[in-house]
Amino acid sequence: MAAGQNGAGPASQTILVVGGGIAGVTAAVEAAEAGQDVILIERDAALGGRVTKLNRYFPKLCHPTCGLEINYQRIRKNPRIRVMTMCEVQGISGGRGDYKVSVQRHPRFVNERCTACGACANATEMMVDNPFNYGLDKVKAAYLPHEHAFPMRYVVAPEAIAAGEGEKLKAACAYGALDPDDKGETFDLHVGAVVWATGWQPYDPKKLDVYSYVHSRDIITNVEMERLAAHDGPTHGKILRPSNGEPAKKVALIQCAGSRDLNHLPYCSRICCLGSLKHAAYVREQYPDAEVHIYYIDIRAHDKLEAFYDRVRADPQVKFVKSKPAHIRVGEDGRPMLHGERTIDREIYAEPYDLVVLATGMQPSAVAGYRPTMGLVADEYGFLVPVEGDGEGMFSAGVASGPLDVSMSVQSATAAALKAIQAVRNA
Amino acid sequence: MSEKKPGVYLCKGCGIADAVDVGALEKVGKNEFRIGHCVVSDALCSPESVASMQKDVADGAVNRMVVGACSPRVMAEKFRFDGVPVVRANLREQVAWSQPAHEEDTEMLAADSIRMAAAQLAKTQQPTPAALGEVSRTILVVGGGVTGLTAALEAAQSGYDALVVEKSDALGGWSSKWPMRAPHAPPYRDIYGNDIEALIAKVKANGRVRILTNATVAKTSGQPGAFDVVISHGGQDVTEKVGAIVVATGWRPYDATKLTHLGYGASPDVVTGIEFEAMLAKGAPVKPSNGAPVKTIAFVQCAGSRDPNHLPYCSSVCCTASIKQALQVVKGDQDAMAYIVYEELRTPGTAEEFYREAQRNGVVFMKGKATSVDGKAMTVSYSDELLGQEVPLGGLDLIVLATGMVPNSTNVDAPAAADPEKDKAQLTDDINPVAPIAVAGYAKGEGTPWPHIDKGIPPGGPILNLQYRQGPHIPILADGFSDSHYICFPYETRRTGIYTAGPVRRPMDMAESAEDATGAVLKAIQALEGGAVGAAVHPRVGDLTYPKIGHEKCTKCRRCTVECPFGAIDEDEQGRPVVNFARCRRCGTCMGACPVQTITFDNYNPQMVNDMIEANEIPDEFSEKPRILVLACENDAYPAIDMAGIARSHWSPFVRIVPVRCLGSVTLQWVSTALQKGYDGIMLMGCKSGDDYQCHFVKGSALAKERLSKVGETLKSLALEQERITFEEMSIADSCRAPTVLDAFAKLIGDLPPNPMKGF
Repeated sequence: MAAGQNGAGPASQTILVVGGGIAGVTAAVEAAEAGQDVILIERDAALGGRVTKLNRYFPKLCHPTCGLEINYQRIRKNPRIRVMTMCEVQGISGGRGDYKVSVQRHPRFVNERCTACGACANATEMMVDNPFNYGLDKVKAAYLPHEHAFPMRYVVAPEAIAAGEGEKLKAACAYGALDPDDKGETFDLHVGAVVWATGWQPYDPKKLDVYSYVHSRDIITNVEMERLAAHDGPTHGKILRPSNGEPAKKVALIQCAGSRDLNHLPYCSRICCLGSLKHAAYVREQYPDAEVHIYYIDIRAHDKLEAFYDRVRADPQVKFVKSKPAHIRVGEDGRPMLHGERTIDREIYAEPYDLVVLATGMQPSAVAGYRPTMGLVADEYGFLVPVEGDGEGMFSAGVASGPLDVSMSVQSATAAALKAIQAVRNA
Repeated sequence: MSEKKPGVYLCKGCGIADAVDVGALEKVGKNEFRIGHCVVSDALCSPESVASMQKDVADGAVNRMVVGACSPRVMAEKFRFDGVPVVRANLREQVAWSQPAHEEDTEMLAADSIRMAAAQLAKTQQPTPAALGEVSRTILVVGGGVTGLTAALEAAQSGYDALVVEKSDALGGWSSKWPMRAPHAPPYRDIYGNDIEALIAKVKANGRVRILTNATVAKTSGQPGAFDVVISHGGQDVTEKVGAIVVATGWRPYDATKLTHLGYGASPDVVTGIEFEAMLAKGAPVKPSNGAPVKTIAFVQCAGSRDPNHLPYCSSVCCTASIKQALQVVKGDQDAMAYIVYEELRTPGTAEEFYREAQRNGVVFMKGKATSVDGKAMTVSYSDELLGQEVPLGGLDLIVLATGMVPNSTNVDAPAAADPEKDKAQLTDDINPVAPIAVAGYAKGEGTPWPHIDKGIPPGGPILNLQYRQGPHIPILADGFSDSHYICFPYETRRTGIYTAGPVRRPMDMAESAEDATGAVLKAIQALEGGAVGAAVHPRVGDLTYPKIGHEKCTKCRRCTVECPFGAIDEDEQGRPVVNFARCRRCGTCMGACPVQTITFDNYNPQMVNDMIEANEIPDEFSEKPRILVLACENDAYPAIDMAGIARSHWSPFVRIVPVRCLGSVTLQWVSTALQKGYDGIMLMGCKSGDDYQCHFVKGSALAKERLSKVGETLKSLALEQERITFEEMSIADSCRAPTVLDAFAKLIGDLPPNPMKGF
């Protein structure tokens, strides 16, 4: 429905982008740089989404913060973009050119007067699981999300307020930025089009009970591996066994941990093969004597990424085993023991490893949160796909729209930005 | 110009006043720079302080500012006042947070930060943009396949005109050659009719789209917003003004005649996937040799793809295409058998559902690399890894070779250049398209060259025939695909205002190509609108400055025209450089290249940085306080140092950091100024260079490295040690490493005798 038809208010040319990961940030800056007003809302305390937690990108092995820095510069200098963190959409009504979006802001307990000086962190001894490192380490209960956080502003964990740390934190802040009474709020936005860039979450490894994720600290997921390898991760970039801090020199990478499996994620998550090839490179870079075994169904190194596969295959200390492991048990020496049958020669194996990395797939975040009820529809997996010809101003971008890699997400987000611009200008 | 009224605003917050004497900094502004308007605030970013700064501007008390507070990477929106140049002195991250409080060296560093900022402000002007007179809001789309048609339609729907130039006599490209498509929408299982005809009809019916078939681009000159394009059409050349260009020249099938080992040519019953589509279009497929119905068919995957002797890359779409064709066969004839012989089956994303659909319908998948095809016996042999030997799959009626996609990054029908070596250099634009990809640390050193050297150099002539100093091509990347930044900014090419989309930049299917075209149109719109107002596009979006060339000093040495990474500078008949500002990305590489420092930007120029370098106080040779100048890339190295400060890491107080737009903008004049001023060491800090470069301006750090290699002679003539000047690769993720690198260099310099030029 176009604006004016429902009489809810004057048409808005503002574009709302939901989700501040690489797709959402891209959609926001691309639309704003074409002259459109944009509101970018993000559920977390800082932008960057999943990619900001990656150590490096394949195939160049460059750092995601490099591109994010440019994108944040683009946001900083563009007054057309308004960024709202800790916000989630609760509901939408209206039509193209005239949506009323109800937004819930979760309490941050820190307002925009925050200078990121860090006095609050110094004022508390309380530690909480560090969400940036997927809980692999602890962080002060008043913390900067990470060193590259944008906006650069502290956040207080709700546990700290519950534990009565609020007044102490407030007293420590010289700028009046601490607000222990922050209850969050609900407010409405009036926008003309919405880009859904709600991204993904790693498939819950606990659901893969045969892989014993909960039984061994040395069985981790691919996203956790990224943190282990990152200089600002829990081990400052050293790939160590979480159980005992020893170097992980014999590592198994398990492909399709959940993906391509009718009991879990029926689709292929696209990025995990290349992600694991990259993990093989991380391990081999650190330990010249390390061995890496990649257990796979098919290695899906599409297009030019094939060259990266070739490169890793040329390493004699990286072995590719065509097999979907049956189960992982914890061996008598405490090491994870991988059991299964090799697809090619039908050999049964039982192989111990220092570290097992489950290449868990991408599940659309929209499965858990609010989903639009018009303009887009969730497919059987939860990806948001367009309803052709309904005239709505709703578009999906990035992994919200399907399992894509970073480059494809950017492509998708740029396209969504143009569709959103058309929607508001032609409303 | 109105009178310059500078003000200095100093912040005491975030530990700055706990680490340095802010009152002393005020004196630097007042006494050394004669800036009377100095304000100190407990928290400069507080709404109250910002309001009072705003009031100073409104009252006319100041019209330019030094803000001595946090890093320029934060609070930018608070310290932004219309028409007021603001220079930030980073007293927080790079002084208070990274130096011991109130030590003499910390105070000296803080004072120098203010000095550098004041010197910078003195040479900063509000930019006077160069805007184009008349702007064309037509987008030229080269190629009339699914990518080009979608681009034209999207441009039209966005309120822009589109001109489609198609080489052949019909629209639709390869996409129009098959009746059915693989699914890209839920439920991802069913083949559906190809809707390309509907798209063609829609484009033809759109009043904003003009279409020229049997047409090619003969020549392109100008810049975004105002390209002049000569189009050869019907034996005539017509000139069109366009604002931006989307190159959607697509792909061509790999030449199957090179696949004799896979039986092509040996029998009419061995066909390519494309040829098989033509058979399917006619109805139930029959054997070309005798017209008998096809009951048993085998698809040979990776026919030419993923093969170092042919196409080294994966063509991405062939697995899904063969599955589609196999499904068409088995669904059309219950008795038919379809085999797909594959090495890795690649149906990424939701295409996995389509793969399962084929399995459910009885398509048989045989894992193993097809090693040979016997066209006479109609047998496909593939290597069975279990048996460790070749296994024949015989009794076939038809064998389909799934040949890959070759990008049309050149016009294969156009004559090749007279000078192939020069042409190759211009095509690759200094980036070796077949260089080995470095895989982290264990591929240190040279690495083994890729086995497919020169396979990546496409034949034929240029697509746009750019009348640029740097040649007629849109540069390519690996394996002959057109330029793209590839990960973070896939639309960025090295030719501003020209965007590649579809399979010319990466193998992709119809749905993805259409999406890619949509994104490319948005970039095209931004480029032409940017040209209209004189604003830069990515990555310095909105920058209104541009390189101004002082022709009276210019020696016509051509370094700026040669070294510009984006081909922005041409030469006129007299050999003088001509800046096409709308092609320029404002990196300053030309400024760094100019041996007579006559290229300037309004807010960034050789004299400015020179003054900043000279503004610092250099203690005498007996002080044991060496000075180290670090010229740091503002996009990666500088943020890395900032993040070291955020982590409260400390480093040598003798370091003076000057952020630069790109290391490519560093002129050797600054190095010699620093040496003459008495700095003891100089470090250039920038991004990874080489074939997997990480420089946002492609080759800035590579150029800086090369230029720096030439200062050895200068050092020798001054009787100075070589190690005083160094280049350090620093990525944005090097916040842990940066302090170590700075300290190690400071130690090395500290161990050398002081620069003897001090005090002269």
